[in-house]
Amino acid sequence: MLQQLAPILVLIAIVVIFAVVAIFLTSLSGPKKNPSAAKQMPYECGVPGISVKTTKFPVKFYLTAILFILFDIEVIFLYPWAIVYTDLLKKSPFIFIEMVIFMVILTFGLFYVWMGQALDWD
Amino acid sequence: MSGWAKLWIGTDMGNGLLEIIVNTIKIALIFFAVVSTVPLLVWVERRGSAFMQNRLGPNRVGPLGLLQLAADAVKFIFKEPFVPDAADKVLYFMAPAMCLLPAMLTFAAIPLSTPFTVMGHTFKMQVADINVGIIYIFAVASLGVYGILAAGWSSANKYSLLGALRASSQMISYEVAMGLSIIGILMKYKTFDLTKMIWAQTGPFNFIWQGHIIQPLSWLPNWGIFFQPLAFILFFTAGFAETNRLPFDLPEGEAELVAGYHTEYGGFKFNMFFMGEYGHMMTSSALITILFFGGYALPWSGGGPVQVQEFWMSHSSWLSQVIPLATGEAASVLAMLTHLICFSIKMGFFLFVYIWVRWTLPRFRYDQLMDLGWKTMLPWSLANLGATTALLFFARYNPL
Repeated sequence: MLQQLAPILVLIAIVVIFAVVAIFLTSLSGPKKNPSAAKQMPYECGVPGISVKTTKFPVKFYLTAILFILFDIEVIFLYPWAIVYTDLLKKSPFIFIEMVIFMVILTFGLFYVWMGQALDWD
Repeated sequence: MSGWAKLWIGTDMGNGLLEIIVNTIKIALIFFAVVSTVPLLVWVERRGSAFMQNRLGPNRVGPLGLLQLAADAVKFIFKEPFVPDAADKVLYFMAPAMCLLPAMLTFAAIPLSTPFTVMGHTFKMQVADINVGIIYIFAVASLGVYGILAAGWSSANKYSLLGALRASSQMISYEVAMGLSIIGILMKYKTFDLTKMIWAQTGPFNFIWQGHIIQPLSWLPNWGIFFQPLAFILFFTAGFAETNRLPFDLPEGEAELVAGYHTEYGGFKFNMFFMGEYGHMMTSSALITILFFGGYALPWSGGGPVQVQEFWMSHSSWLSQVIPLATGEAASVLAMLTHLICFSIKMGFFLFVYIWVRWTLPRFRYDQLMDLGWKTMLPWSLANLGATTALLFFARYNPL
């Protein structure tokens, strides 16, 4: 398994070298920096910009991230099952019943967050 | 040989120093091929968009405006290297690379063609042959979110931050539906290996129902789309959201957010975001080709890649006369080229659809986008999974 990832390490090295060299060289090749107070400000449509580091944003984004983690882990549980499903089914129908229970719980979870209005964006 | 070089021997980089060097060159070539396809795609997109809107598009620089690519590249390189004062300098410079890297790493697992043999050395037409390819691609593709978030946060601009938040929450929302939609097709292929998936799709359309092989339409190729049409629609739609393309390009909604997370970027740093986006588009098209359209295998070729190899075995004597290659080696090179062309045509078609859809569908509103992801695509992919599970349960062969 780890042997298969050796070319990936080489590719990471190539991409990182490409990115560093490209950003460094293009920072030399451009015209000389000509900063002015207005130019260095964050882009804004004609009015003085407000600082963003303290800006609040809707809690919905956190909620979406939490729901994503829940559902994504459930999806990952299904992957290895999907690979062996048809083969194990030849032996006994238990793998089918087992996963029907899992999927019912998953669907119930989706139904629950849906009814709890966690998926609503106003 | 130094100890450092010894570490690489026996890995997938090759068995000797020569193979390692050739493989390194091959990886670099694939990387630069992907990077240089990006300007070509941009040209196709600009010319194609122009023709769809009944205008000319870039046609002044060179024949058909093809040298526009070179002009764009020159402009990317010779822009003033602008860095906003308020930006978080480290993240600001790292973000473009963090966007580019996952796009290139996902493409690394794509098998572009069959392996070929030259002078007794066999080379694979992919950067890394990973036996859990599909999981690797999903895992690495998710890392693209970090680059976008880093770009948006480090720019210290409210448009950038809002664009990055929108992009990341849209990408993670559609990832769930994307991951669920392909489980049905994985049950059929019984593997995570992309090459084995391609081999599973050779031959005519057939399936096993209670121990009997049924072949209702022998002129259809055995492609995944005929088994899981709904999964294809869901996967393709999620692909648009994952790459932040129209109709889901809310992160870059010009009227609201200027240019989204790359508002404060210019020159080559901006170009790297672009390369990342197009790289994701290429990976997504390649993945659709492999999962649903038989990958590099020619349709209607019976035994698939084996048959192509046999065809060239008996038709490659002319190449052996030009280049000193053994018959089997010449056949493997020609078979590789045949499959590469087949794969490029299939993948190019989906890349064109990406551009086509951009001028067909209007942009969604943000709440519509999230509703589509969570309330339409997720239930439908669950339904698809449930239906496939039940169907395979009833199709099982039970001798008792």
